[in-house]
Amino acid sequence: MVEVIIAGLMAGALILYALLGGADYGGGVWDLLATGPRAREQRQLIADAIAPVWEANHVWLILVLVILFTAFPPAFAAIGTALHIPLTLMLVGVVLRGTAFTFRHYDDQHDQVQRRWSLIFSIASIITPILLGVSVGAVASGNIRAPEAGGSFIWPWLAPFPFAVGFLALALFAFLAAVFLTVEAGDRALADDFRRRAIWAGIAVFVTAGLALLLARRGAPIIWEHLLRGRWAAPLQIATALAAIGAFAALWTRRFRLSRLLAAAQVSLILAGWATAQFPWLVVPEHTIQSAAAPDSVLRPLLVALLIGALVLAPSVYTLMRVFKGVKS
Amino acid sequence: MSDLLAARSQMAVSLIFHIVFAAIGIAMPLLMVIAEWRWQRTGDEEYLTLAKRWGRGTAILFAVGAVSGTVLSFELGLLWPRFMGYAGAIIGMPFSLEGFAFFTEAVFLGVYLYGWGKVSPRAHLLSGVAVAVSGMLSGIFVVIANAWMNTPAGFTLVNGVPTDIRPFAAMANPHAFPQTLHMTLAAYAATGFAVAGIHALLLRRDPNNGFHRKACGIALAVGAVTAVLQPFSGDIMAKAVARNQPVKLAAFEGHFETRRGAPLHIGGWPDETKGETRWALKIPKGLSLLAFNDPDAEVRGLNDFPRENWPPVAIVHLAFQLMVACGTVMALVGLWATWRRWRHPVSWPASRRFLLALALSAPLGFVAIEAGWIVTEVGRQPWIIYGIMRTEDAVTPMPGLIVPFLTFTVLYLLLGAMTVWLIWRQVIASPRGARHG
Ligand code: HDD
Ligand code: HEM
Ligand code: HEM
Repeated sequence: MVEVIIAGLMAGALILYALLGGADYGGGVWDLLATGPRAREQRQLIADAIAPVWEANHVWLILVLVILFTAFPPAFAAIGTALHIPLTLMLVGVVLRGTAFTFRHYDDQHDQVQRRWSLIFSIASIITPILLGVSVGAVASGNIRAPEAGGSFIWPWLAPFPFAVGFLALALFAFLAAVFLTVEAGDRALADDFRRRAIWAGIAVFVTAGLALLLARRGAPIIWEHLLRGRWAAPLQIATALAAIGAFAALWTRRFRLSRLLAAAQVSLILAGWATAQFPWLVVPEHTIQSAAAPDSVLRPLLVALLIGALVLAPSVYTLMRVFKGVKS
Repeated sequence: MSDLLAARSQMAVSLIFHIVFAAIGIAMPLLMVIAEWRWQRTGDEEYLTLAKRWGRGTAILFAVGAVSGTVLSFELGLLWPRFMGYAGAIIGMPFSLEGFAFFTEAVFLGVYLYGWGKVSPRAHLLSGVAVAVSGMLSGIFVVIANAWMNTPAGFTLVNGVPTDIRPFAAMANPHAFPQTLHMTLAAYAATGFAVAGIHALLLRRDPNNGFHRKACGIALAVGAVTAVLQPFSGDIMAKAVARNQPVKLAAFEGHFETRRGAPLHIGGWPDETKGETRWALKIPKGLSLLAFNDPDAEVRGLNDFPRENWPPVAIVHLAFQLMVACGTVMALVGLWATWRRWRHPVSWPASRRFLLALALSAPLGFVAIEAGWIVTEVGRQPWIIYGIMRTEDAVTPMPGLIVPFLTFTVLYLLLGAMTVWLIWRQVIASPRGARHG
């Protein structure tokens, strides 16, 4: 039981990473695609939105990783072994994204140098989410095997389904970023720029999600099965659809705060849907939550530590958001 | 290059890179907070400029620390999956606590850097304090995990499988206290000396610059106190190693024959094939005295241990000598600083000779940190978990590891160069407004 709760918390941390850290990656996408008469203002808005929070947002990923290796060590080992290549490439992206962003921010406004940092930042912001998605897709695919059992280091992830998940992740992050930026934009013209982008990105989410679903049938049969017949599948899918429609409607009618809420709900529900479809597997099909779990003597203190940590964390993160994001109680 | 060697080298490069930023991330917030506090107390604008400057530097370095730390967290699984599969549950607790320390640190650094004028001065200073405290705690937690690799505890081995795991007992392993104490002091000493040295260099060019004098003063206060304490914590550390990892002690001392009243070797070259340390200055009974507080104590030599359990002796010995040499010089400079402060409070810290000494000793702390970690990590070889799991059994079966090793090496070289350049341009150059203040 404890192990299931911890797995749930891990999924929760991953969802928060997607919502917060994901939006920061999405910001990089829109930095690259900044166009029109307000391209400069768009870039500035993106930079101001990301700067104070990206490091805190990034820690959610670390938390996911740490929970994974503490509570489910064999699953961590299996993922680290089989996905060495995409994860290493993702790390290169993480390094370049974070440092290019910071260097650009703190460097003099020399346009030449400035543009180079921007380019590195935005390209890394596109590649990293794709590779993250590819890794998640590979974990779900059911193709990861231990090397002793003939597992490959390449084929589990170099396949259509993981890449479809990679592009889905990119679309989701870009969508979130655009929606969030409509709220943060000071004036109407800038908000409208991002409103248009949000609508396009929403369509991209729809397309890539459909593609991932289609490919799941062959590429991740167990997930496919659960998505069709799982006990939670139908209610979650209906809720996702409602949130998506609501987010669109709110964007259409320029109720940006509402669309921010609904877009966040939509993305959370998509990830929750995937997590429940994968239950009880951590790494399909070799490690389940039960089989990979560390002994209770480890899990119980870990759960306590996570709960206490959350209690300490909540007010600090709330402070951060209140100071910089105008979140009101 | 074998895959094992490539993996070890990649881990070494990643850690040698990360520790620089980690140490700065521990100590720099303290300097920054002291400067802001002085500003709030005295109203002297130069302190404010200083706090903001140091804040900028911390922000740049923190970002590099955060991304290189992320790389490390993944590398534990990418390079050493069998180690993590075995030990993840046992040492996960300090890493989890560290995760929360990172959160606090990143959140309040955001508030600190971007919150000037948005939060009250008091709240601003307090968020600086939160950054400083959580930075120190992150360092402590991760070093506890490393101490466990040296002195594993908190579980029972049944047929090679760890059972009865007690995460908090694992954290309270025998090296946890000495290593965290020594490393925490090291971070303050190294950063304090580096910052003081840089400002001392600028003061030599521009002796009346109040900005650099204040900067040098704060950094030196932190650096001098900790550098004077450091040899004492090093002694505690060495005694712990003597008790728990005798083969490592023998390696870093270049001590081959077990004997009572063992001499201390200073310098010299340990020759593994001949089994002796040549050209060293020998202090009779010194090793017995330092390791066990008793000039006649028996110290076990390398020859007592099977050859396949020796670490690479020469590297470990030289790295140890280098650390102790740096530590000795730093402690002496620290004492000199204290004496000058006491005798010449008004002109402190400016005297050309003293400033030169500071400038010359600027890099010593970081050299000592790198050397000290080489002693610890290379000295633990061939074990990844001392006495329990060998490094060669922990490495990933992934072939071609030389590719990621070279990739990260090149990446970090470029990143290091960019960081130095940026810090120079954005942080160190004399502030224009405050130049003659
Ligand atoms: C500013 C940095 C610094 C300075 C001046 C010193 N050290 Fe150190 N030392 C470190 C920074 C460091 C370190 C990098 O932080 C290490 C590596 C692992 C650790 O916990 O601390 C370390 C490790 C380390 C170890 C090995 C621990 C192990 O293998 O597990 C010993 C025995 C000492 N130190 C002893 C000393 C002595 C006797 C010093 C006398 C001057 C000294 N250190 C100065
Ligand atoms: C940041 C300061 C540190 C530095 C500079 C450092 C340095 C090194 C070096 C040089 C090696 C290669 C040793 C060899 O193979 O000969 C190594 C290996 C390793 N270190 Fe550290 N280390 C540091 C801290 C840590 C910490 C805190 C941990 C874990 C919690 C850790 C875990 C490891 C592991 C797992 C290996 C690979 C296995 C091995 O070679 O034994 N290190 N480190
Ligand atoms: C295997 C060893 C290590 C791992 C896996 C590791 C992991 C990490 C991670 C993930 C971060 C980024 C946190 C963020 O996003 O804000 C980080 C930063 C940090 N690490 Fe490490 N670390 C290791 C070794 C060390 C050591 C030996 C120390 C110090 C003694 C240290 C001290 C810090 C500090 C103070 C930070 C804060 C960021 C900064 O100020 O640069 N770490 N580390």
